[in-house]
Amino acid sequence: MSTEQILGLMTGVAFGFLLQKGRVLRFEKQLGALMLRDMTIFKFMLSSILVGMVGINLLSDAGIITLSHKAMNVGAVVVGGALFGAGWAIMGFCPGTSVGALGEGRWHALFAALGMVAGAALYAELYPFFKSTVLAWKNFGKIGLPEVTGLSPWVIIALFWAATISLFAWFEKKGL
Amino acid sequence: MKRKTKDRGWSPYLAGALLGLLAVVSVWATTALLGKSTYLGASTTFVRAAGLLERTVAGEHVAANEYFKKEKVRVDWQFMLVCGIFLGALVSSLSDRSFKLEGVPPVWKKRFGPSVGKRAAGAFLGGIVAMVGARMADGCPSGHGLSGMMQLSGSAFVALAMFFCVGVIVAAIFYGRRAS
Repeated sequence: MSTEQILGLMTGVAFGFLLQKGRVLRFEKQLGALMLRDMTIFKFMLSSILVGMVGINLLSDAGIITLSHKAMNVGAVVVGGALFGAGWAIMGFCPGTSVGALGEGRWHALFAALGMVAGAALYAELYPFFKSTVLAWKNFGKIGLPEVTGLSPWVIIALFWAATISLFAWFEKKGL
Repeated sequence: MKRKTKDRGWSPYLAGALLGLLAVVSVWATTALLGKSTYLGASTTFVRAAGLLERTVAGEHVAANEYFKKEKVRVDWQFMLVCGIFLGALVSSLSDRSFKLEGVPPVWKKRFGPSVGKRAAGAFLGGIVAMVGARMADGCPSGHGLSGMMQLSGSAFVALAMFFCVGVIVAAIFYGRRAS
């Protein structure tokens, strides 16, 4: 294996370990979040975003890493995001968690993973069509919120922290 | 805040915060060792897996496909990351004995019965729709939800809102309020 592959594998093992310990791989947790009954996944994702956004922006400010935004292509993100949401609810897994759920013995996740491989193959065939339609509507390019709002990233991060901590307090008060 | 949950897992706040640290260290490590800042993600790997599988029967078709050319069909960093997720979850679940063979999840069983075939069909068809959406949006809850949000990407906020809002509506229709 190359350095690239070994590094990916090691990072993935840690990623899968934490997803499993957080108990977010399970179908009932994913559905619990989408049915607004069990906020475990929100707590997990938002906690990692809170920590990650500080670290990533520190390293980026220091010039150690570069940011890599995905394009704000309106049609792609809105239509694609909606399709993803619909498929996610029915399947009960997202791409990363399907593979993790398989690792903890939930073998029905294999059908989800196979469906996603089929979906990727289908997308590859339909790509020329999407490129001339949905993907061609309006593309704002690779933009971050600081450029959109004119605010410093640290102001946005502070606001995001405040909002998320309040949300956590509300989850705990409601026992969600 | 409890450190352990009822199902003997770690507090989701703790496990999530540790994942945040991992995400930061990972971007730093890929920049230092591979020369390019690479962020956590999962869905592009499904494109590469599809390409690798298709190549065994139709090599020229894959080589000529515009999307496969764009995403490059090879076993890269993210492909191994996704393999690692499987291994990490396996090790973690075996070590705390939460590993469990499950063919039909309880919530599904309550709504659609114990048929494995039905669950398999739901998972497969849902998977197709979700992956077409994820590739169109250029990311999933890992790429947009974690990595994009951490970078304060405009697209991540919109994508994550769409994932959850439509997911909530479809889950309510598909599983109904009574399936608890």
